[in-house]
Amino acid sequence: MSLTVAVFYLLAAITVGSALGVAFANSIVYSAFALMGTLLGVAAMFVLLGADFLGVVQLLVYVGGILVLTLFAVMLTHRISDVNVSNRAVGRLPAAVLVGIAFAWMVHVARRATWVVKDPGAPAPTTYGIGNAFLRQYALPFEIASLVLLAALIGAIVVSRKEVKA
Amino acid sequence: MGALTLGHFVVLGGILFALGLFTVITRRNAIGILMGVELVLNSANINYVAFARYANAGYDGQVFAIFVIMLAAAEAAIGLAIVLGIYQSFETIDVEATNRLRQ
Repeated sequence: MSLTVAVFYLLAAITVGSALGVAFANSIVYSAFALMGTLLGVAAMFVLLGADFLGVVQLLVYVGGILVLTLFAVMLTHRISDVNVSNRAVGRLPAAVLVGIAFAWMVHVARRATWVVKDPGAPAPTTYGIGNAFLRQYALPFEIASLVLLAALIGAIVVSRKEVKA
Repeated sequence: MGALTLGHFVVLGGILFALGLFTVITRRNAIGILMGVELVLNSANINYVAFARYANAGYDGQVFAIFVIMLAAAEAAIGLAIVLGIYQSFETIDVEATNRLRQ
């Protein structure tokens, strides 16, 4: 087993273990902190796949932004006395059966498919190429993305502000 | 047991997707459901980047992954704002208890 494969299995264990924490933790606060492990593991996976820029984006946006936002929401809505927060909507057994069927089906399809796999070659810095892609063939989606973010920003403020009763 | 293959990453993405789906199904806490959605989006991103690398498809997969991350950020902002709004109205974020559109 080469070093890369060993590193992959270590990182995959961290990622999946943290994801198990997200799925099974009784406290929503533990879930939020376990989510951090998963997001860090996925960032490491991106680096392992040679996508260095994407790994940094994952760190900045997910770990630095979305996770902090989630923690804020947890702290603002979590009441210590509220034990019902971790109640289940569906029992764990039916959900596990359903998810197990979905997972087995995915693995079945993945094993049957024939994939065109080429030699990926050595990892190279990707920032230059991604910047070029954003300003050439993806210029329009890139601009629309900025509009989407602006709309989301304004929408979040409008939705979450306190209503002033006239 | 040689080098890393595409299958490694596809299976990892599948496991993350299954756990995210499980979280979405079992949680009653609205924030927990949003966390499950984040897991599902991350698994999709892993697949995008892995397929792009092992098919030697240039930067398309990574660009799509960045768009997915952007949409996840917008989704988290709007979703959590709605959750806070629900909490102001209902004093709870249990999705089973918030079944009325008006107060």
